[in-house]
Amino acid sequence: MFKQLAFAAVISFALPVTSAFAAGGAAHIEDFDFSFEGPLGTFDENQLQRGLQIYTEGCSGCHGLRYVPIRTLADAGGPHLPADQVRAYAEQNFEIFDADLDDYRVAKETDNFPANDSAGAPDLSLMAKARAGFHGPLGTGINQLVKGMGGAEYIASLLTGYTGEEKEEAGVVLYENTAFPGGWISMPPPLYDDMVEFVDGHAADTHHLAEDISAFLMWTAEPKMMARQQTGLTAVIFLSLLTVLLYLTNKRIWAPIKRAAKSS
Amino acid sequence: MSGIPHDHYEPKSNAEKWVESRLPVIGLLYNTIMIPTPKNLNWMWIWGIVLAFCLGMQIITGIILVMHYTPHVDMAFASVEHIMRNVNGGHMIRYLHMNGASLFFVAVYLHMFRGLFYGSYKAPREITWIIGMLIYLCMMGTAFMGYVLPWGQMSFWGATVITGLFGAIPFIGEPIQTWLLGGPAVDNATLNRFFSLHYLLPFVITGLVIVHIWAFHTTGNNNPTGVEVRRTSKAEVEADTVPFWPYYVIKDFFALALILVVFFAIVGFMPNYLGHPDNYIEANPLATPAHIVPEWYFLPFYAILRAFTADVWVVQIASFVTGGIVDAKFFGVLAMFGAIAVMALAPWLDTSSVRSGRYRPTFKIFFWLLCADFVFLMWLGAMPAEEPYASLSLVGSAYWFAYFLVILPLLGVLERPEAQVATIEEDFKAKAKKSAKGAPSVAPAE
Amino acid sequence: MTHEDHEGTRRDFLYYATAGAGAVTAGAAVWPLVNQMNPSADVRALASIRVGVDGIAEGTQLTVKWLGKPVFIRRRTAVEIDEARAVPIADLQDPEARNANLPDTTDGADANRTLPPFEGDDSGEWLVMMGVCTHLGCVPLGDGAGEYNGWFCPCHGSHYDTSGRIRKGPAPENLPVPPVQFVDADTILLGEGE
Repeated sequence: MFKQLAFAAVISFALPVTSAFAAGGAAHIEDFDFSFEGPLGTFDENQLQRGLQIYTEGCSGCHGLRYVPIRTLADAGGPHLPADQVRAYAEQNFEIFDADLDDYRVAKETDNFPANDSAGAPDLSLMAKARAGFHGPLGTGINQLVKGMGGAEYIASLLTGYTGEEKEEAGVVLYENTAFPGGWISMPPPLYDDMVEFVDGHAADTHHLAEDISAFLMWTAEPKMMARQQTGLTAVIFLSLLTVLLYLTNKRIWAPIKRAAKSS
Repeated sequence: MSGIPHDHYEPKSNAEKWVESRLPVIGLLYNTIMIPTPKNLNWMWIWGIVLAFCLGMQIITGIILVMHYTPHVDMAFASVEHIMRNVNGGHMIRYLHMNGASLFFVAVYLHMFRGLFYGSYKAPREITWIIGMLIYLCMMGTAFMGYVLPWGQMSFWGATVITGLFGAIPFIGEPIQTWLLGGPAVDNATLNRFFSLHYLLPFVITGLVIVHIWAFHTTGNNNPTGVEVRRTSKAEVEADTVPFWPYYVIKDFFALALILVVFFAIVGFMPNYLGHPDNYIEANPLATPAHIVPEWYFLPFYAILRAFTADVWVVQIASFVTGGIVDAKFFGVLAMFGAIAVMALAPWLDTSSVRSGRYRPTFKIFFWLLCADFVFLMWLGAMPAEEPYASLSLVGSAYWFAYFLVILPLLGVLERPEAQVATIEEDFKAKAKKSAKGAPSVAPAE
Repeated sequence: MTHEDHEGTRRDFLYYATAGAGAVTAGAAVWPLVNQMNPSADVRALASIRVGVDGIAEGTQLTVKWLGKPVFIRRRTAVEIDEARAVPIADLQDPEARNANLPDTTDGADANRTLPPFEGDDSGEWLVMMGVCTHLGCVPLGDGAGEYNGWFCPCHGSHYDTSGRIRKGPAPENLPVPPVQFVDADTILLGEGE
């Protein structure tokens, strides 16, 4: 009977996962190795700080992070910057439209990162959850079960996936990209070697930059990931204990009934 | 409440007598919780408790989410992000609610197929079955409208497509669709009414669940043998049954705890696995996602909906006979609702005199085929609407209807069932002795 | 007989352990349901705010919203300071300072209500207080209003002096001074800080 139950549970949870299916056949997503992967993975503070720097000096020119409160840069489990640095960061980098003042003012740490649609580029707050790097096979979702959803991998693969080919279509320049569904993307290659200089002297080649910004965007999309995993783990351990106790109690309660049935 | 003779509640203290003579609520609860339950229920009888738990969890987490959510097209998406980022523990409550819907449907499908296998729908439990189908319909409505609330791309386009189904109804379709949406397209009015109904329907479900329990407490539970509890004397009842408390409460709780281990692992470690990435993009009425895929629990019926295109001969005949009133679009809608309707009619379509599938060898084969067909259709529902998936969907849909409309009625006449056990007591004893022989080390001599 | 006793104890223990674990699980599930109603992170982030005061000229007042209520930040003139300091404690309706930055028993002398600058002695120039009448919560009018040239609450006619102390009318207490400090020469921090 246990086998039936387990089988039923596996069928219901694993097989019908179909959101995993998407088009774009030939798109190639590299399975990057991120520190936050797996049930007990954690964000790497330094990597998130580097990612923030890349975002600020590069991406923020076209992309916003409108759902991310700047103050969360100080959160433990996130970039974990000191509070005064967060305040200075907000003041130095962003201006916010204040509806009360009916004017722009310097950003405060209690504001969100500003939206930015000056170039028609998508907001990046949730990008790492709004894309799935892995699919299938055959619409079953098993790859996502094994490798994870792959949002961060998709972003990193996209950023390193430029082939250098360009073409112009209807007045728009398109760039060939091995990770982008359809193969041609309108975003020019955003990263180049040593475009930022890290205070800790960390390597700033395109590949490392892509990893760092992808990790940062995973954090902006799912800032409570570590708290969630911790809650999940506690719940699993506690419920397992309760399951064992209930199993024993159940056995004990039924014992006299079963004994009577056997002996008669 | 029960039709099975058993000890009824007798108020003892004066306080109990005082309450009981005014409102017999203690007696009602006592008789409900102490209901004689067949001794031989197997592990497929635990899903009811799981479903009750899901309903409770969804209502509680839902009420909490409402405290922080804003049902307005400009703010809904941002308010969900507010829950995920700012509200204390909000991310967990939201993920519980989101994945709770999936657990709810896993449990309801297993519960329904349990009923289909063991003939739980057959007389005298038709009303229990029909109420169950109504609960299932309400669940689908609730889940569909709930999915619209985060106002992501899938929310918006899912709502557009599903409400579009109503537009397929001849003559009155378009006014109905406009009425449902509160305008020409999915917009703020739609979001607000869906929010209101999403909040209302769970309480309708709660009411139906009470009636559902009332109904099967009147007839008594079915059990794996399909043989009824003997009820001519109390001694016989006691040989066939145990009281629900503590025997099945503890057993069900054990199963529930085990299922929750898996559930919390999913919520904690892969909460978006069953969701769709596109729903993390705010709704945009000007751009449709490449693939609009409903949540997994709608997929089998979505596949049936899409299977009937204009070049299928059944559709062409229907169109010809009705003078074009029933076109392919409307036929698809009819097929989808029909697929649920035939399930609801199972009590009258199944002609077999034997209740449980356990004693029906040929039925078993067709039943497991039906289960496979369900999973197959679920998979097809997620595939793009192109060949070979379209033809396969047609095959899957055909089997679904054939099972209920042809196989169930014919099998009852053609099939030769195996001999059934005489009593539940006998079945329970046989099982107890078998398990004792099969696993001697587990039960040491005492 | 001893065997039976033994078994009974073991059974009881198992039942108690299961019930206990069940109760703890249920309890653990309840706390998040309660805690979610506490102020969320965005609200908590506004519990202390920084206000730039370099733009406030002598004799003017800035009203800012803090914790959903108005706070008056006034840079007083020498006349106002002298007037406030000349009042004997005995003349006050409420003799206490009502200053969250000082102990509860501090008397209501003007020096106990003003905000010391970032560096140097307190000249009494800065007065920061809640703009909520202690009577029934209206916002008093400022800029020398009322019979004592301070603030005047139009709702029920409470008069506050240039130190924000209640001098006449139904209000029971002086306008309270919130937790506040200068964090640099031009910026004050309202609230408990971080």
